[in-house]
Amino acid sequence: MTLPDPPSARSQTTAAPVVRARGLVKCFGALRAVDAVDFDIPAGRCFGFLGPNGAGKTTTLKMLMGLADFDAGELSVLGHALPAEARAIRARVGLVPQGDNLDPDFTVRENLFMYARFFGLSRSEVASRVDALLEFANLTHKAEARVDQLSGGMQRRLTIARALVNDPEVVILDEPTSGLDPQVRHVIWGRLAELRARGVTLVLTTHYMEEAERLCDELVVMDHGRILDQGSPGELIARHVEPDVIELRGAVSDGVFATLTSMALRVERHGTAVYVYTGAPGPILDFLGQPDGLTVIHRRAGLEDVFLHLTGRDLRE
Amino acid sequence: MKRSIWQLPRARMAAFSVFARNFLVWRKLIGPAIVLNFGEPVIYLLGLGIGLGALVGDIGGLPYLVFLASGIVASSAMISVSFEGMYSVYTRMVPQKTFDAIMATPLDIDDIILGETLWAAFKGLLSAVAILIVAALLGAVPGGWMALWALPVVFLLGLAFAGPAIVMTAIADNYDFFNYYFVLVVTPMFMLSGVFFPIETLPDWMQTAVLVLPLTHAIEVIRPLIVGEPVEHLLAHLAVLAGFAVVAYYLAVALVRRRLWN
Repeated sequence: MTLPDPPSARSQTTAAPVVRARGLVKCFGALRAVDAVDFDIPAGRCFGFLGPNGAGKTTTLKMLMGLADFDAGELSVLGHALPAEARAIRARVGLVPQGDNLDPDFTVRENLFMYARFFGLSRSEVASRVDALLEFANLTHKAEARVDQLSGGMQRRLTIARALVNDPEVVILDEPTSGLDPQVRHVIWGRLAELRARGVTLVLTTHYMEEAERLCDELVVMDHGRILDQGSPGELIARHVEPDVIELRGAVSDGVFATLTSMALRVERHGTAVYVYTGAPGPILDFLGQPDGLTVIHRRAGLEDVFLHLTGRDLRE
Repeated sequence: MKRSIWQLPRARMAAFSVFARNFLVWRKLIGPAIVLNFGEPVIYLLGLGIGLGALVGDIGGLPYLVFLASGIVASSAMISVSFEGMYSVYTRMVPQKTFDAIMATPLDIDDIILGETLWAAFKGLLSAVAILIVAALLGAVPGGWMALWALPVVFLLGLAFAGPAIVMTAIADNYDFFNYYFVLVVTPMFMLSGVFFPIETLPDWMQTAVLVLPLTHAIEVIRPLIVGEPVEHLLAHLAVLAGFAVVAYYLAVALVRRRLWN
């Protein structure tokens, strides 16, 4: 890794939050897409917005960049108030949008140089950074290829590299690994962890629980424009769900269901599965034994359980 | 907290990075661009100027080829600018999302639209230069070097047409929408603004009507410069073009903001 350290790593300040939101409201007609939310994003951390589709995550990110107006509240990024100082904020922030919008008329390398120019950075100023970013994104061998010759995973990596061309202190990522295969996803997670280790503040939205659990130091769970809870993945799990989950797939009789209810802290039936939440899985597993026609899965509780507990299991369409 | 789409745009040097982006892409596709810029006028000037010219004879003391060439310098710039401001700008704004990418940098919509406007006017200038060269080779530029003074006027004409084209782009749902503008605006101007015949041959009321069209004013200045005659009402014609350019740029910025701000 040959990228220069970003400014935030050079002067390790933990004092002021990078983003400060108070009573933030955003309406689309009668719909309150973001409904009076407060949050602080600390410097040098990875902060996640978790929530179902339509929860208000993308809208919140757009407001951070000064790309969407808000109807009420206060919002500042890196000490600059929005919306007045949006340009100053965007100069110090990198954005990885949900859908790639690379320039199809340019090669991989030209995409990086051109984007640097929009930040007022000349070719000579960014030449060595562009080389380092190509290496960072594993795209050095594709530097002269056109964008449409790249695979989806390569395009995503180039979009991330492009967001770093202005050496940002904050990188905002909207669903960074949506639609990518597991190999690519793991590579991207590794790269994001590297950035965070160098002191860059990461702000991301996701609905992949694994992604949130791996990457985020702190996250908020949003739904219907509101923040339902906030904390580290571990804190949220401890606060909202029991440590163990036993999932039963198949036909569970009413008698068995009643017994499980008496033994566990919480039992829920959703579709054809039954979820048993407990602090003491041993006796329940003994009771179930090896039942015919039932699949029994015992696992640790995770963010997905928190997510479903907080946002419910209704379909969002 | 709410920005007004009607807030006055600010002109900044940053617009030139948008111009530069388009220029670099154009340079990659320079082959087809040159075929279009030179091929079309050659065909028009040979076909109409020489073929039709033999039947028409002189118009207002000018050989028809000379009359036509000086008109086509202007009309071809108009068409070239209109295509760029509609099809190309729409491509960058909607399917390609280039504007979204640029808006995540310090540039604002003011800068993007100013860059696009200058670029579209520059494309108009390129097509006018190509025609002037072809016309000169055919001996249809009696004004000689003085004809070069037509080029700044062509650029102003380009600015006057870039804004309305981008306004159409800002309200378009798809490429087909641009047919309205071409049929209702570009083609009537092409036919009635004095490209093919002098506006004095129109009925009186139409002569008055065509004075609202920017192409008429552009041709009133460009033709005498190419032909080597004195220009009448120079400042009035330029003022009309400048007025169109300023008002349409402002409207274009406002309507693109309305579309892309949310």
